[in-house]
Amino acid sequence: MYIINYIKTVFSTVRSMLVGMRRTGYYFTHHKEIITEQYPDNRDTLKMADRFKGEVVMPHDEKNEHRCTGCTACELACPNGTIKVITKFDITPEGKKKKAIDKLVYHLELCTMCNLCIVACPSDAIKMAQTFEHSVFDRNELTKVLNNPGSKIMDGVE
Amino acid sequence: MFSLADISKTIDTWLRLHLNDTWTLVVEMVIAGVSVIGLFAVLGLVLVIMERKVSAWIQIRLGPNRVGPKGMFQSLADTVKLLVKEGLTPDGADKFLFNLAPLIAIVVAMLLMAPIAFAKNFQLWDMNIGVLYITAVSSIMVISVLMAGWASNNKYSLLGAMRSGAQIVSYELSAGLSIIAIVILTGSLSFNEIVQSQADGWWIFKGHIPVIIAFVIFIIAATAETNRAPFDLAEAESELTAGFHTEYSGMKFALFFLAEYVNVFIVCAIGATLFLGGWMPFHIGHWDAFNHVMDFIPSSMWFFGKTFFLIFLIMWFRWTFPRLRIDQLLNLEWKYLLPISMFNILLVTAMAILKWHF
Repeated sequence: MYIINYIKTVFSTVRSMLVGMRRTGYYFTHHKEIITEQYPDNRDTLKMADRFKGEVVMPHDEKNEHRCTGCTACELACPNGTIKVITKFDITPEGKKKKAIDKLVYHLELCTMCNLCIVACPSDAIKMAQTFEHSVFDRNELTKVLNNPGSKIMDGVE
Repeated sequence: MFSLADISKTIDTWLRLHLNDTWTLVVEMVIAGVSVIGLFAVLGLVLVIMERKVSAWIQIRLGPNRVGPKGMFQSLADTVKLLVKEGLTPDGADKFLFNLAPLIAIVVAMLLMAPIAFAKNFQLWDMNIGVLYITAVSSIMVISVLMAGWASNNKYSLLGAMRSGAQIVSYELSAGLSIIAIVILTGSLSFNEIVQSQADGWWIFKGHIPVIIAFVIFIIAATAETNRAPFDLAEAESELTAGFHTEYSGMKFALFFLAEYVNVFIVCAIGATLFLGGWMPFHIGHWDAFNHVMDFIPSSMWFFGKTFFLIFLIMWFRWTFPRLRIDQLLNLEWKYLLPISMFNILLVTAMAILKWHF
């Protein structure tokens, strides 16, 4: 029995070796589908992978409205204090007080792109952008305010 | 027709016209030495760029593409960089052995060049025990690795060297046994006679299945003997930083690097000579017209073509498979390659006695 298993092992090894070498041989002879991005040269046509995470941004629509309710879920989810939500109280037309964000401060220099804030956000107000050229001369520029000046919350987002 | 033998003969007659016999010998030895060093330099440059390009294409990358046309001068630039770098000897190292090790590596590679037949009637030393000489001298290679690992006074280096020792000692057995298969069929240890015996067809075609098995085992064992992936446990970047040459820098590192590639060339040259006919053109039995056409391609072209084909095969092999663990490595040798090649020797012997080969 042992000898049969032995011979079987030898043949399956040879077969798997040939399968592997056929695959790499295919890649070797078809060098059209190169995956290397020649970065500074193809800057205009560069396409990033979907999973690439560059920085946290807050999308605004054309009426300068965002979806952030100021719930601070992102601030609580952040493992290293990258996000700071500064809230204020708006007066609604009915005369009620409503919680809203004054500033959503984002420290890019602390961020590890872990994606936990995006997962935590209940109203999809923030998302990961694919920008990556973040070098600046003054580190104050890395402390960003994500909501545009004068923006307000979109109607219907609670 | 271009022929290396004619060139060497012209130089020889010209020297004999102007000098007496002793000085002719001295000058010819100097020329041979310089050409071997030149061949080493060219091989280093060509094989490094070839390795990088082949690995890049196999991994769907581009490879070096900045220096020169399509990155072809990359290895030249790297050599210049290594030449001007500082060759540091660590404080705790055994300085004499540390500096001796790369020298031994390169001297062994030079010694191995002696019996290889590069073209028809073009050989540094046509000795009658060429195959034995190659197998004997190539085992000195492990001394340089052990020496480098021990003298570095570094645990990574020592581990790498010990692994390399276990590996080379065990894989030499199956490499030797697969070489013996051809020696049995030819009945000679001389490279020249082995090539001559393949005038009516290369052994890999004439000897059919047993010789093909011997060839596959030889290629695997040769990859292991030259310490290349998937058997590069002596270096194993991810485990031992760089294994036995962790402490080496500058030109001393370059000598190890060069010796590795020259050894790849040498084992492939031996493989090409034994199994693919060396400089012998592609001949089929008694098809005289076809054989005559094949003879028009210079014999040196055949030799280098076959050798580079085998080098490509080894590179292909290298970039396809992941590194083995040390126990898997020794299992492969002692439980599989060695028993198979011993059984194969039996087959080849029977074939040689009963004249089953063509």
